[in-house]
Amino acid sequence: MRVIVCIKQVPRAQELQVDPVTQTLKRVGVPSEINPPDANALEMALRLKDQHAAEVVVLSMGPTSFDESLERAVAMGADRSVLLTDRILGGSDTVPTAYALSETIQKIGGYDLLLCGEETTDASTGHVGPGIAGHLDLPQITYASEIRVEDGKVRARRTAEDGTEWWETTMPCLCTVNFGCNKPREPTLTGKIRVERGGVVTHWSCAEVGIDPKKVGLFNSPTIVAKVDTVRLPTRAGRIFSGEPEETVRQLLDSLIADGVISP
Amino acid sequence: MERFDAIVVGAGPAGSAAALSLARKGFSTLLVERGRAPGVKGMFGGRIYAWPLDDLVPEWAKDCPVERFVVRENLAFLTEDASLTVSFDSPKLAQGRGTSFTAVRAKFDAWLAKKAQDAGAMLVTGIRVDDLWREGGRVRGVSVAPNDHVASDLVIIAEGAASTLVRKAGLKADLEPREVSVGIKETVELPPETIQERFGLGEKEGAAYVYAGQASMGLRGGGFLYTNKASVSIGLVVSSEDLSRKKVEVQDLQTKFRMHPAVQRLLRGGKVVEYSAHLVPELGAGMMPQLSTDGVLVVGDAAGFLINNGYTFRGVDLAIASGIAAGEAAEAARSAGGMSKMNLAVYEKFLRARNVLTDLERFRRAPLYMKNERLFDVYPRMLMEIAERMYTVDGSGKERLFDVVLDEASAANVPKLKMLLDLLHGARSM
Repeated sequence: MRVIVCIKQVPRAQELQVDPVTQTLKRVGVPSEINPPDANALEMALRLKDQHAAEVVVLSMGPTSFDESLERAVAMGADRSVLLTDRILGGSDTVPTAYALSETIQKIGGYDLLLCGEETTDASTGHVGPGIAGHLDLPQITYASEIRVEDGKVRARRTAEDGTEWWETTMPCLCTVNFGCNKPREPTLTGKIRVERGGVVTHWSCAEVGIDPKKVGLFNSPTIVAKVDTVRLPTRAGRIFSGEPEETVRQLLDSLIADGVISP
Repeated sequence: MERFDAIVVGAGPAGSAAALSLARKGFSTLLVERGRAPGVKGMFGGRIYAWPLDDLVPEWAKDCPVERFVVRENLAFLTEDASLTVSFDSPKLAQGRGTSFTAVRAKFDAWLAKKAQDAGAMLVTGIRVDDLWREGGRVRGVSVAPNDHVASDLVIIAEGAASTLVRKAGLKADLEPREVSVGIKETVELPPETIQERFGLGEKEGAAYVYAGQASMGLRGGGFLYTNKASVSIGLVVSSEDLSRKKVEVQDLQTKFRMHPAVQRLLRGGKVVEYSAHLVPELGAGMMPQLSTDGVLVVGDAAGFLINNGYTFRGVDLAIASGIAAGEAAEAARSAGGMSKMNLAVYEKFLRARNVLTDLERFRRAPLYMKNERLFDVYPRMLMEIAERMYTVDGSGKERLFDVVLDEASAANVPKLKMLLDLLHGARSM
């Protein structure tokens, strides 16, 4: 069984900063990490590897600085990784990205299961996974928090807004994985040594994959970021009530009533 | 399974020196570090005696991240509000094999680990080795997790003072409070020009201070201060036995020490930018583990290689020298047929050749002498009283120095014979 996991490298969530002038995310000089939901997808794949001796291939698209995350994925236990890297991909939104990744997945070939994180922490669209399934005409189960592979079929628990659903489909198929549904493992010493020995990341250009340059890049991306607003938190009154618990609660209630926040 | 000729656990000065030495001798070498980079978990007072670097990296002065070369040594005695400092100044302190310099571990350790990498060793960071990996009763490598072993003929333990592998290897029993002190250090940022002016130093020159007496509030231990390029390292090393016995918090001691007028004067206007604490092996030759066994050698602080004789604190130089000796021992054992306990026993000989064991044994008595509490409380106070009476002219009638000394000695309430013996022991053990 071959599992391909799509990951993206994103600025570390806790250190996200918005440039006050351009209103875009600062990406330079901010420490990076594997997009956390993608790390959950990777962990899901590595568990399938533990259970079914699956081969795990990790795929990403981006600049060569993404090697850092691909190497980490291999150090965690993935068998190998592919980075689609090409200047002409710069500025691609989710439409060209899903197209380019699906072409690359076809070049890798022989896959049974494709896993993506439910969305990225830096853009939060959740488009790319379903987009790939569309391009490759595959059945898909989104927001999966548990995946079982039995008798050539995939059964997945899907987190819906009002509960959970169990879905079953044939392979090959694509699942997007719920953020936080598992705890991604730490890299192993053996894995880190493999990375140090080199050759764990394969770089492909668009030409090598056979990607149509007219379908990728900024000018072939229908999304236009017209305006970005940062939400300014309102300043708080910051009053502190002190004394006995009963008394302070009373004071708090009284002042909330006085301000018209709650009715008596 | 991945395999190497040698695995070194810990990329501090001892581990990186061992890895560099091994890689140069053609051993395929893996250097494993727990921190995310070499040096980030390291801590020390601040000074490195350079002599073993002359042997290991003869061209070290070219790119070694030296903060300042120490040209002035100070020994200061403190009481609550007074201080008496003996200062030794000589350009010779920064010449030849006797050179010492202040350093920042994050930079120095990274530099030495890079030298090991350049020589061919593989460095892996962010991995904590959990245990030695044994098979057939012999050490065969290291183990990180149940399914994460890496094989090697030789494992070098360079984990530092709190090494768990030395215990898991059965080379030493658990640490006891009397064997370790607690080291605490603050890094205080100051502009280079201020440091140079305040301490009377040139651009690359540095000063070292050892503090006795009230620095540790009379507990066994002492204080230190080293000048870096744009910061001052200041801290204490205090007996952990005393701390627990007298129920004192080491950070409270540090605050009081920093606030002492004689110390405060040197730090004025500075900003504390870093705070760290670490165990310090204290008994030297008295707490040494077995240094080698089948497939295992122990280097640096993990082996208790630290000398504190009251006026010099040595750790990093002994660590580097022991790393070199470990490389030499591995080479000799390889020629003799393998990494058996018998073949590796030659490690001691190489340690002696570099005066590591010899110095440790010579100062074996120093820790016992340092245990003498009079040394940290009664005598500094006495010295200060004498100085005060020597230098006070207030018209109340001046005494002769000899009478002052005798008078203060009686006032100290220590029998003169005992005092004489302390003096004699001190001279012999230091």
